[in-house]
Amino acid sequence: MARMNMIQALNSAMDVMLERDPGVVVLGEDVGYFGGVFRTTDGLQRKYGEHRVLDTPISELGIVAASIGMAVNGLRPVAEIQFADYIYPGYDQIVSELARLRYRSAGEFYAPVTIRTPCGGGIRGGQTHSQSPEAIFAHVCGVKVVMPSNPYDAKGLLIAAIEDDDPVIFLEPKRLYNGPFDGDPGKPAVPWSAHPRGEVPEGHYTVPISKAQIVRAGRDVTIIAYGTMVHVAEAAALSLGLDAEVIDVRTISPLDSETLCESVRRTGRCLIVHEATRFGGFGAEISATVQEQCFWHLQAPIGRVGGWDTPYPHAFEWEYFPGQKRVAMALEAIMSAG
Amino acid sequence: MANRLRTRLHVPQPPARPGDRTDFSYLKLQPAGTQPRPDVKVSAQATLPLATGLVRVLDDDHRAVGAWDPHVEPEVLQAGLRHMLMTRIFDERMQRTQRQGRISFYMRSHGEEAVSVAQAMALRPGDMLFPSYRNQGLYMVRGRPLVDLMCQLLSNTRDMCKGRQLPVMYHWRQGKIFSISGNLATQFPQAVGWAMAAAIKGEDHVASTWIGEGSSAEGDFHAGMVFAEVYQAPVLLNIVNNQWAISTFQGFAGGERSTFAARGPGYGVAGVRVDGNDFLAVYAVTQWAAERARKGGGPTLIEHVTYRASAHSTSDDPSRYRPKDEYEHWPLGDPVERLKRHLIALGEWSDERHQKLAGELEEEVAVAWREATKYGTLNEGPRLDPDLMFEDVLKDMPEHLVRQREQLRAERG
Repeated sequence: MARMNMIQALNSAMDVMLERDPGVVVLGEDVGYFGGVFRTTDGLQRKYGEHRVLDTPISELGIVAASIGMAVNGLRPVAEIQFADYIYPGYDQIVSELARLRYRSAGEFYAPVTIRTPCGGGIRGGQTHSQSPEAIFAHVCGVKVVMPSNPYDAKGLLIAAIEDDDPVIFLEPKRLYNGPFDGDPGKPAVPWSAHPRGEVPEGHYTVPISKAQIVRAGRDVTIIAYGTMVHVAEAAALSLGLDAEVIDVRTISPLDSETLCESVRRTGRCLIVHEATRFGGFGAEISATVQEQCFWHLQAPIGRVGGWDTPYPHAFEWEYFPGQKRVAMALEAIMSAG
Repeated sequence: MANRLRTRLHVPQPPARPGDRTDFSYLKLQPAGTQPRPDVKVSAQATLPLATGLVRVLDDDHRAVGAWDPHVEPEVLQAGLRHMLMTRIFDERMQRTQRQGRISFYMRSHGEEAVSVAQAMALRPGDMLFPSYRNQGLYMVRGRPLVDLMCQLLSNTRDMCKGRQLPVMYHWRQGKIFSISGNLATQFPQAVGWAMAAAIKGEDHVASTWIGEGSSAEGDFHAGMVFAEVYQAPVLLNIVNNQWAISTFQGFAGGERSTFAARGPGYGVAGVRVDGNDFLAVYAVTQWAAERARKGGGPTLIEHVTYRASAHSTSDDPSRYRPKDEYEHWPLGDPVERLKRHLIALGEWSDERHQKLAGELEEEVAVAWREATKYGTLNEGPRLDPDLMFEDVLKDMPEHLVRQREQLRAERG
């Protein structure tokens, strides 16, 4: 098996699908000749030609709308929005069109479009390169929302997304592109080559959408996280010497609530961790679901950790980012309750 | 300091409001037959005279004149007349059923029938149509049974949308007519994407899409134009300038100092301004633009100058914002009447045949309505199963929707 970072794994997923399915096209700003600002589509245009890997005008609205039209005409577009922070000009086309086409036409028309977009902070990107907008897509009926936390899942989930006949918003935590990140910016960077989930098969495989994964089994508390926060949460639990069960949600919507709730029923305690702002964040949905299904098993109030409810600041990145300290304090509160 | 220039906010005003004398002098018209018809491979920039002038074929004596005369057989014109008349009769009947409370909402295309019918007839069956909500003529041309359309309007047990869409928001995959959103202008850049895919696949199908002049103010218009130009997509981009976007006149969408078609050459897209009430002119311009697209000449922006003769919808009352008699003064006439007069001038039609045809079409609509209502109306007769609400959100029903479906079943007892 090969060693890949997340960028290479995503590139490999698109390579595999461009090879297997002549209907797959990749489009977005800078994705063609240049290979993407994060190099995620590097080499693909050279290999598959400029009709399959297209540079586009700077118009997220146009990218999403053109993808819908292409999909209706039998193609399987994989669109890149260069940063999730730039997705809003395409939001109407996603919410009112892409998501509802199957429903409004009673299944006659549908658009199997995958929208890849780098999300999340920790890269000194300020408020225009750091957002985690998963909740505003989770609230939309008719799209699936996925966020991997490692190269193996990234490739398998992206292939599954491209093969899926429903539209998928595929959020890539850019802080994880080159290596796992436990929330401590002072430590030397760790490459994916040193991590077991950096082992990635070269060929075709899928990781199922709508399946969460227990990344660390434990008995004391269930920590529910996704994206970068999977690694931060695991490190925080370890620092406290807790036997925590850490679950990587992987698919925000449709949510695998069964895996989450089964775990909480065992541990009796639950902390939800995400990078996005807390108020109205996706953690609120998870919290409500866990409360409804696990109330009589809970020994402490469900905790939630997220970014502060402010725009993502530039100078205060590490005061803003929900790092190990914030997670650890929330865990201590949960462990001392009840 | 008397003549000092000052900025002053300009608020466009329509030429007439209720009680005023109607004035259409703002329309730049020109006589039929006076526009040259350039080669289809002409550069986009060179179309500027076409985009600022007006292509007309039918003259005041109901003859077809000039370089844009498409020279189509009388049978084609008769079929066009039939489709336009059917559209109008269907619209009138559906309007009445709304007034009777049988359907919740309706939108007529009165006065704009040629825009859909002539264009659909000049395209090929393999071409994909991305309509707005005032293009029912497309369905008449492509032959969707009236009963199917009515069942959609009724949201009944045979509703193609399974009760999920407002009336008029049809779709027809087999007939290559895209689902009508109800949101404005979103279909415009989608049609460009469809056309891009046709080019990627090396097919010679074209896409065609319609938006109103009002919604051409949306960003979707701009994105569609840019993508169409950049990739030279084989697409016909129609702006139906029917003068009114609900109560807002076309000056509020940018029509005061320029034509809508003139935006085309600005983007590097061919532009043609056509008399939208002239069946032959719309037919000819469509042929020209489709041939241009199929030969790799790229997109064409077509402005159809027409008039929304009826209310925006059954929820609208135009007497509150425009003169009641405005349509009577509309200088481009009525598309049905004009084609009828032309056929009579050719000796291929008569008032008697017209009246007979109208009677037959009314009967056809009445028969279809009787059948459609057998499958239920919004308020009476058989109803769609509310379980259908939960289907087609995603291809496979996710678990939380299965649970919600169960919950609704429990609620309903």
